[in-house]
Amino acid sequence: MSDINKEALYDYLLLLGDNSMILGQRLGELCGHGPELETDIALTNISLDLFGQVRNYFQYAAEVVADGRTEDDIAMLRKEHEYKSSLLVEQPNTDFAYVIVRQNFFDHYHYMLLSKLVDSKDEQIVAVAKKSIKEVEYHLDFSSTWVKRLGDGTEESRQRMQDAVNELYRFTRELFKPTETEERMANLGIGADLPSMEEDYYKQLHALLEEATLEVPQGEVFQYGGKEGRHSEYMGYILTDFQFMQRAYPNMKW
Amino acid sequence: MEKNIKDLEAEFQKRIDNGENIEAKDWMPEKYRKTHIRQISQHAHSEVVGMLPEGNWISRAPSLRRKVALLAKVQDEAGHGLYLYSAAETLGISREEMIEQLNNGTAKYSSIFNYPSLTWADMGAIGWLVDGAAIINQVMLTKTSYGPYARAMVRICKEESFHQRQGYEIMLTLCNGTEEQKAMAQDALNRWWWPSLMMFGPRDEESPNTEQSMKWKIKRKSNDELRQQFIDQTVPQADILGLTVPDKDLKWNEDRGHYDFGEIDWEEFWNVVKGNGLCNRKRLKDRNAAWDNGKWVRDAATAYAERQAEKRVSKAS
Repeated sequence: MSDINKEALYDYLLLLGDNSMILGQRLGELCGHGPELETDIALTNISLDLFGQVRNYFQYAAEVVADGRTEDDIAMLRKEHEYKSSLLVEQPNTDFAYVIVRQNFFDHYHYMLLSKLVDSKDEQIVAVAKKSIKEVEYHLDFSSTWVKRLGDGTEESRQRMQDAVNELYRFTRELFKPTETEERMANLGIGADLPSMEEDYYKQLHALLEEATLEVPQGEVFQYGGKEGRHSEYMGYILTDFQFMQRAYPNMKW
Repeated sequence: MEKNIKDLEAEFQKRIDNGENIEAKDWMPEKYRKTHIRQISQHAHSEVVGMLPEGNWISRAPSLRRKVALLAKVQDEAGHGLYLYSAAETLGISREEMIEQLNNGTAKYSSIFNYPSLTWADMGAIGWLVDGAAIINQVMLTKTSYGPYARAMVRICKEESFHQRQGYEIMLTLCNGTEEQKAMAQDALNRWWWPSLMMFGPRDEESPNTEQSMKWKIKRKSNDELRQQFIDQTVPQADILGLTVPDKDLKWNEDRGHYDFGEIDWEEFWNVVKGNGLCNRKRLKDRNAAWDNGKWVRDAATAYAERQAEKRVSKAS
């Protein structure tokens, strides 16, 4: 592999890992504060799966760069604009409706993405995708079930879900707008061709929202930027927690 | 009638003396039932409240590996809470009632969780000391007379001893690290040592429940015996870490074959039990917030389930 493609592969692994990592971090904040023990356990489980995937991607990324950086250096020692997670996953845990809607919007995408990556030309990506897709199938099932329960539950739950859908829907299209790296990786047969997934994504999502008696927002102005390092104001605070130990106590083993 | 109950009680005690387990459907004295509801629910609440001081460090864990391990540990605690609430439910109380009692302050939970978790080393110290002290109690409870509780304990003990080793390994890593890391570990030991000793409860002469609990095999060893066992096993572990146990009276007593140790600050103990520790109010506030903020979610899930059930019925007819 040429150096340029190696750099793009590294960048691609960050794009894959950062979404799981920031979403996993958001879910980790909820641990012990859920509406019931069962949901607490389930959301922690999803967070655990996502961080497991992050470790797989970043251990591989560390091999690709081969300059002595570890998975933790890659995860925790970048500047804010070097994180490539989408705007969707950094949105806050406003209430349980936001948590579920954010999760479900991401899970639909994540499942489709992994369905493509199992056929990647990169063997290590295939291995991670094959392991992860089983986990994400469960995430999608969990979040979709809750979208239906809460959308078609009580008047209050429907209203809260509609508010969350209205707020978060505008962050969905960024998932399918490829960065330069994503385009290059798709052309090499390593990455997924994102624009080709978009139509199915919205078809599935809209069908679920309809079943849950929720309305699809119309005329939204979509927001982009996270994947290119331009984040919302929430990101700095997420990183303040996430990087705290590595920044306050540099160069130590834990 | 009076005689009848006496006979039943005698027969019940005989079963316990023979080492039989009491099961949910068996006759039991009302006091036995109540004592178990109190103890098992307290234990469940301790697991659930115990998620908070450790949950406090999930977002700041120093490495991905540690973050994953901590998430898994806190998740295990939620699982322990679930089996224990289920074990208590076999005695005729609902999970909702127990949670109400926790949230309104009428039920207790282990006082140790009213101390703050201030540094990463606290994740090590809690695993090593707090889980270590808990295991000593819990191993004894695997032989308790009430079957559902004893079986829950067998499962919980396996996971707790894993947590304890994990906590000790965090301490060991810190103690093999930089000066700053070792100081962090020493500071955590200083703060968690005495509260861990308090986990075994008041001294035997001030523990009115012990005698009846021994008779029912809810307890098999007294508070002071268990506390001594904990100290004897933990001090050599601190020595391996190269840390100093914060007790100037701590000394091996050759004649007794045990460590002698200093006086516990019982005033602090009772203060924290009565709700006046640093974090008592915060822990209850957090539990109440989680429960209150989750009400609309639970209501919606119930409404949805009822509607789905109605749909199934109308389809079938």
